[in-house]
Amino acid sequence: MVGGRLKGRHSLRPGSSTVNEIAFRLYLLAGASLVAIGFFGILASAELLRKILGVNIMGSGIFLILVALAARTTDPIPDPVPHAMVLTGIVVSVCGTALALALADRVRAMKAREMLDEEEEE
Amino acid sequence: MKKRSLLAWLAGLLFLLLSGALLTLPISPGSLAGASVEALARSGVGNPVTAVLLNYRAYDTLLEVGVLLLVVIGVWSLRECDAQRVDTSEWILLLPLLRLVLPVLVLVGGYFLWIGSALPGGAFQGGAMIGGALVLAISAGLLHRVLEHQGKLRAGLAMGLAVFVAVAAGTAAVNGQILHYPQASAGLWILLVEAAALISIGLTLGALFYGGRPPQGSAQSPAREFDRE
Repeated sequence: MVGGRLKGRHSLRPGSSTVNEIAFRLYLLAGASLVAIGFFGILASAELLRKILGVNIMGSGIFLILVALAARTTDPIPDPVPHAMVLTGIVVSVCGTALALALADRVRAMKAREMLDEEEEE
Repeated sequence: MKKRSLLAWLAGLLFLLLSGALLTLPISPGSLAGASVEALARSGVGNPVTAVLLNYRAYDTLLEVGVLLLVVIGVWSLRECDAQRVDTSEWILLLPLLRLVLPVLVLVGGYFLWIGSALPGGAFQGGAMIGGALVLAISAGLLHRVLEHQGKLRAGLAMGLAVFVAVAAGTAAVNGQILHYPQASAGLWILLVEAAALISIGLTLGALFYGGRPPQGSAQSPAREFDRE
C-alpha cells in the first residue's frame, strides 16, 4: 500500500522524488517525536518553567507536522494555508511563552510571599 | 520514579499513535493550493502565503495582531521591567559593533517586508528581525535608551492593530465587506497593513523580551552618559 502511494505521488507531482518522499516522512516523524517529548516534559515535572518549555517543544512539533502536511497535495506547489498558519503561529507562540513566563514569575513571587507570611505567624 | 517511567511509556505510545496516523494519511486531492494560486492574480501579491495571510484570510491575521497587543498588555500588567543601568564603558567593541549591526538588522527587516509580496518573507519575518535587533540592544544594556521613547514605543505597539482595524473599517464602509480590498490597489493596501504590522510585531517581541512595563518616570531620565558622540 505504501509502495502504491509512492508511485501515485511520483506520477502526480513532477517535482517529487524518492528523496522528497523520505524527507516528507522524516519531517512527520520528527514532528511526532517533538510532540511526544513535549508531552513528557509538560507532565514529568512540577516546575512551571519545565512545563512552559514542554509546551514550546510540543508546539514546535505541531508546526513541523503542519509544514510537512502542506506538501500532501496533488498540486504542483504546497498548500499555502498551513504555511501561513504556522508563520503567524510561531510569533503568537513566542508571545504566549512570554505571557506564561510572566505568569510563572508572578506565581513564584506570590509563593515566596506566602512562605514569608507563614514564618511571621510562627 | 515509577511515575516518570510510566509517563515515558505514555509519551512513546503517543509518538507511535501520532506517527502511525500521520504516515498512513492519504494524499489529499482537496488542497487549497490550486484555489490560492488561481486567485493570486487578483490578490495584489505574488506570494501565495502572503496572499493567504493578508488577503484571503486577512481577518485571521487581524485577530492575531490583536493577540500580540493583548499579550503585551498582559505582561505589562503583571510585571515591571528591570531597567537598571548596565555599565557598558568596559565593553569597547560592543557599542561600535551594535552601531553597525542594528541599522543593518532593521534594513533586513524592511527588505523581508518588501520581498514578501513575491517571495518568502513578510511582516512576521521582518518583525522577527526587528525584534532580534531590539533583543540585541537590550542585552547590550541599552534598555534605558529604548525606554526614553516611551510614547513612540506605545504608539508603535498599537499601530499594527490600529491600521489593520482602520483598513478593515474603510473596506467595510466602501464595499460592505471587511478587508475586501479594491482589486486595483490591493497590493498597496496589503503593503500598508504589513508595514504597520511589521513595526508592531518587532516592538512586541522586543517589549516581551524585557518582560514588563517600563518603570514610572523612566521617560524623563536623562540617560545620556553612554552616548559617546
